[in-house]
Amino acid sequence: MADHRPVDSVDPNNLPEYGLLAQYEDVTSLKQACEQVRDAGYSKWDAHSPFPVHGIDAAIGIRPTRLPLLIFGAGATGTTVAVLMQWWMNAFDYPFLISGKPLWSLPANIPVAFELTVLFAALTGIFATLGRNLLPRHHHPLFNNERFARATDDKFFIAIEAKDGRYDATRTRELLESTGAVAVDSVPDDSKINASLPKPLVYFIVASFLAGFVPLGIAARAWFTKSAEPRIHLNPNMDFQQKFKTQSPNPLFADGRSMRPDIDGTVAEGWLRQDDAYYRGLDADANWLVGFPQQVEVSQGTMARGQERFDIYCSPCHGTAGYGDGPVARRAAELKQAKWVTPSSLHQDYLRTQPEGKLFNTISHGIRNMPGYGHAIPESDRWAIVMYIRALQRSQLATTSDVPDSERAKLR
Amino acid sequence: MSSAVASHEIDNTRDDPTRRAQLILGGQDFHTVTEMVAGIPEQERINRNWWFAFTLAVSLAGMFGLNIAYLFWEGTGIWGNNNPVGWGWPIVNFVFWVGIGHAGTLISAILFLLRQQWRTSINRFAEAMTIFAVVCALVFPGIHIGRPWLPYWMFPLPNQMSMWPNFRSPLLWDVFAVGTYGTVSALFWYYGLIPDLATIRDRAKTKIRKFAYGVFSLGWTGSARHWHRYERTYLILAALCTPLVLSVHSVVSFDFATAQLPGWHTTIFPPYFVAGAIFSGFAMVVTLAVPARAFFGLQNLITLRHLENMNKIILATGMMVGYAYSMEFFIAWYGANEYEGFTFFNRAFGPYAWAYWIMVSCNVISPQLFWFKKIRTTPWMMVIVCIFVNIGMWFERFVITVTSLHRDFLPSSWGYFSPTIFDIMLFVGSFGLFFTLFLLFLRWLPVVAIAEVKAGMPAAHGHHEEHGHEAEGAATHG
Repeated sequence: MADHRPVDSVDPNNLPEYGLLAQYEDVTSLKQACEQVRDAGYSKWDAHSPFPVHGIDAAIGIRPTRLPLLIFGAGATGTTVAVLMQWWMNAFDYPFLISGKPLWSLPANIPVAFELTVLFAALTGIFATLGRNLLPRHHHPLFNNERFARATDDKFFIAIEAKDGRYDATRTRELLESTGAVAVDSVPDDSKINASLPKPLVYFIVASFLAGFVPLGIAARAWFTKSAEPRIHLNPNMDFQQKFKTQSPNPLFADGRSMRPDIDGTVAEGWLRQDDAYYRGLDADANWLVGFPQQVEVSQGTMARGQERFDIYCSPCHGTAGYGDGPVARRAAELKQAKWVTPSSLHQDYLRTQPEGKLFNTISHGIRNMPGYGHAIPESDRWAIVMYIRALQRSQLATTSDVPDSERAKLR
Repeated sequence: MSSAVASHEIDNTRDDPTRRAQLILGGQDFHTVTEMVAGIPEQERINRNWWFAFTLAVSLAGMFGLNIAYLFWEGTGIWGNNNPVGWGWPIVNFVFWVGIGHAGTLISAILFLLRQQWRTSINRFAEAMTIFAVVCALVFPGIHIGRPWLPYWMFPLPNQMSMWPNFRSPLLWDVFAVGTYGTVSALFWYYGLIPDLATIRDRAKTKIRKFAYGVFSLGWTGSARHWHRYERTYLILAALCTPLVLSVHSVVSFDFATAQLPGWHTTIFPPYFVAGAIFSGFAMVVTLAVPARAFFGLQNLITLRHLENMNKIILATGMMVGYAYSMEFFIAWYGANEYEGFTFFNRAFGPYAWAYWIMVSCNVISPQLFWFKKIRTTPWMMVIVCIFVNIGMWFERFVITVTSLHRDFLPSSWGYFSPTIFDIMLFVGSFGLFFTLFLLFLRWLPVVAIAEVKAGMPAAHGHHEEHGHEAEGAATHG
């Protein structure tokens, strides 16, 4: 049994016994031996191998570790801390109002919440595993055995501690020898004389631990005291930049302004667009153009193009027949969207009589809730759409006299 | 060259459906694996090539440090960054290095979850590359902040303005993502190193070695109870790192994608960046692994089949990247936004067309060579392809950053970015830092995960091996 004499009286030449160490040559004999030791009822013993041996847990009787639960808990803590931190910092302690968005919205918190979940879980996993394995330790009685150096190379070992209730130097040795061990050694327990850390190392560790608080202390002192000194600014060269800032005077120009206004009549490259009728839907008197500009050919081809573009760009809201009942509008109605502005039906009187130029302008720049499509649909296509809208409007207001004579007979 | 080449299996790249290809070659037993890997840090004197490479790397790293010192003194004006290209090489280098890192985590985590046993020969190597690449990456945003004495403004720490960081900003997400990634990767790597450091500790002859490897192996004894918890946690870490690695480059891509700038504002960026990161990372692993295995005689552990597998991944991810390039153009046309359309047309045919076509040739065309088995399994050929891939991936980030910025909405502010000598020295210097760390790793640490390779050998599952093991055991016993 283990010796409980005080430290001073341990004689290095007559150490108490740590236990017995048996060596095995391969995985199969190790596992068989483990089963025998397990069945003999020992509890303070362990197997040592250079790599994790498949099936050894059952052979020793190791119960599944509960570390995964701890790691899960740490991950959940990480998520909670991240979400609360973001709420507190951006919505509560110092509200960040950005573009009128809600102060706190979960989607923006997802990346940080995810990262902290992983960070907390991983740190806990690694440190809890080391802690449960009672590592790091700088000393182990087994290291005194020369054979044991190969436990991390190519040999396999079982160590039974003398502390075990069933331990008996002779019978335990017999048991291990009967399991096919190639060698069984008694290992002395020198932990009483070798287990404490060297004194200088202890001082060093304590000193570094205390030194770690110094920067924190300085920061805390700065936080809680007032100072008339300007704050530390290591490199001031960016404060004095050799350039004229937007609102600063500039002696180089007669008007003394740094920001130069546009030169009169400046037009961006390719943006002259002098033809008011074609580009803006205006006639010579700056009224809405009635009819189509001369560049637009009123033909079956243009009409077909207009229909195709209308179906792509307009029908999602206005519907293919133009009654303002496209799939988007119907979906919004279904969801009872409070802020939804219903798309106009194109078959209202004021739209039937609106000049073509005005329709063109609406497509280009939008109206009410409708965005402008000028950036996406070229002018020629916008005019084609206007043409198709005219045809649509006509079709919904048709009388029998609009039907050609040859077809009229087929009507009911 | 290793002495154990006279084996019954020399070529394991041949696919024979009736039997599994061997993971490692040369009829190894547990002890020869230990000898091969632990033998590298145990060499009394290392060969002259290592010293030559190390001297070069340290010199470049020194240049890197001097450049950073000058940058802090003079300010970011020493770079080519200016309106309209406010983001130049520093962000390009940051994304380049972070991307390189991804292969390590992919190999250590995703391939682990998928039970790809071939990873064991290369994971240590690739994880080390990850950490050193992340170190290089973190330098760039750190020195890009203009006032480098105020980096703590990036963290949620109380400061004299009583303000907190804006958690809606992807640049802040970056701080959390890359910080977490660096921390977790380094810990995961060290965690895997513990049993192997114990192996070297137990073989150490000198006092200094015993102490150094003893401290870092934390007193590992290979206990079955320890292995049990170790393996369980390793599995969970792998499961945590898998979404982590995907999140990191997604968040990096948000730096661009959430900006409303044509050329950046696209939803395809997260998957496209992740695929590109894996692509460039694997190319870097191959580029480093081929010379290292020849140098240290590890051909039987890092076999041609390992390299071939990586080349196949490079081929697959290269095509994903190519798909993303074409999809960007499709969306630019289909989205019918004239600014978006102009940006992409300008990318391929404007003043930076040269950069765009370097990118396409290196990233899309060059990996197609890996359809040929000859190229996939010839070390020097694959290194050439992989170097092209790395060049191409640097240009990808350059193209995304610079071509999107150099044409502003107002033609009067259009510009053309040219790097300064300091941009170039910082980029070259970052390679110096990377290789310094990497060469030290090769010299002092086990470059292959010894315990993991052993656990994957047939003898670890009770299948009897036919080599020297028996005789040796008997000798110990007698």
